[in-house]
Amino acid sequence: MKTYYNPDDLKKFGNISDFEPSLAKKFFDYYGEVFKEGALTAREKSLIALAVSHAVQCPYCIDAYTQDSIEKGCDEQQMMEAVHVAAAIKGGAVLVHSVQMMNKYKEISM
Amino acid sequence: METKSLLAQKHELASAKSQIDFLENSDFIKFSDKLRQQNLFPFTTKALEIFQINVGKMCNQVCKHCHVDAGPDRKEIMTKETMEICLDAIRISGANTVDLTGGAPEMNPEFRWFVEELSKLNKKTIVRCNLTIIVANKKFNDLPAFFKKNNVEVVSSLPYFTASKTDSQRGDGVFEKSIAALKLLNEVGYGVHGTGLILNLVYNPAGAFLPTDQNALEKEFKTKLKSSHKIEFNNLFAITNLPISRFLEYLVRSGNYYSYMEKLVNAYNPIAAENVMCRNTISIGWDGFIYDCDFNQMLDMKIDVDSCKQHISNFSIVETSKRNIRINQHCFGCSAGAGSSCGGSVS
Repeated sequence: MKTYYNPDDLKKFGNISDFEPSLAKKFFDYYGEVFKEGALTAREKSLIALAVSHAVQCPYCIDAYTQDSIEKGCDEQQMMEAVHVAAAIKGGAVLVHSVQMMNKYKEISM
Repeated sequence: METKSLLAQKHELASAKSQIDFLENSDFIKFSDKLRQQNLFPFTTKALEIFQINVGKMCNQVCKHCHVDAGPDRKEIMTKETMEICLDAIRISGANTVDLTGGAPEMNPEFRWFVEELSKLNKKTIVRCNLTIIVANKKFNDLPAFFKKNNVEVVSSLPYFTASKTDSQRGDGVFEKSIAALKLLNEVGYGVHGTGLILNLVYNPAGAFLPTDQNALEKEFKTKLKSSHKIEFNNLFAITNLPISRFLEYLVRSGNYYSYMEKLVNAYNPIAAENVMCRNTISIGWDGFIYDCDFNQMLDMKIDVDSCKQHISNFSIVETSKRNIRINQHCFGCSAGAGSSCGGSVS
């Protein structure tokens, strides 16, 4: 059965350089630098990546950063809390726009 | 949770031959070819430092990942006669460390006699204690004091600092008992700064993934165990699960075998490969046969010397030092990432 997402395609991420090598190299170098231990630990960065993966609803990223978070010693509670942070921000982002809706409502209502 | 060994279940993967056949029947690059690429094949030994002795497969636990397939139903244990032969071999071996493992080594009735004899040899003696044995029965409650008296270094498995992950790998209630045992070890001074009594913990992943950075994990284990349970320890060793025995069975049953092997192969680290423990270690089985490591022991891959020299009763340090180390696909487990040994990361 053909689907839009194929789990094996995650392993081919590096192949994006086939069509445009120089930009891909810049991206992967940047990516590698971002995830290095810095002011944030590699573990904290992994949890952020896991939360963002859910927010952008990327199945490849969810697979990759679930694995990475477990390997970095995160437990299921920490990982689920990270996803709730993403959900809260996404939900909040929807709801805060209701202020705009309310403003417009009031503007055009008697 | 399963309470029987693979052997007692009559599981196909209880047999060493079946495991080797399974590991070899795949299209992954051969470990020997990886070594060839860095001119390390045939794989040779370095000076012998560690004399590891598996005194038996009997254990009070049935851990899901156990590479020994140990458990209460395993009755294979080393006799006092074999221990005496081991003592003679250790004296002439030049090794500076004796590493006792099992099963639960303390369940061997000759264990205490053996440790007392080893303590007279002026070598570092390590006991791999599963912790719960200390609180399993009154007769084991004095083990911390016994270890202290004989200046034993204790290495204990604790897969995580929470109950859920520990119990999922080692059995219900194991975390709570392990914490109780760690407190008893701390009480006599083990793991406590300034006492000189070493208590090291072993982390190994509770699933089909690799361990993370050993130093980062150690820091977190120390913080959590101290704040939640007032427990102290010296070092944390992060050990990779090798795809043999019960862990292999888990990988196959859960559909994770291929992706786990792929992960190990892709994470091959040439520096780790150079420093794997089989190069400075020999491993003795409960019946006195000699192996390159505890994993080869479980796969019945005896050392590559004349068959008459494969038993400790005919131990020859010259022959043993000249041997080539026997390898197979499971060896990718020790060379992946930061590498893995009984003492944790190797690179």
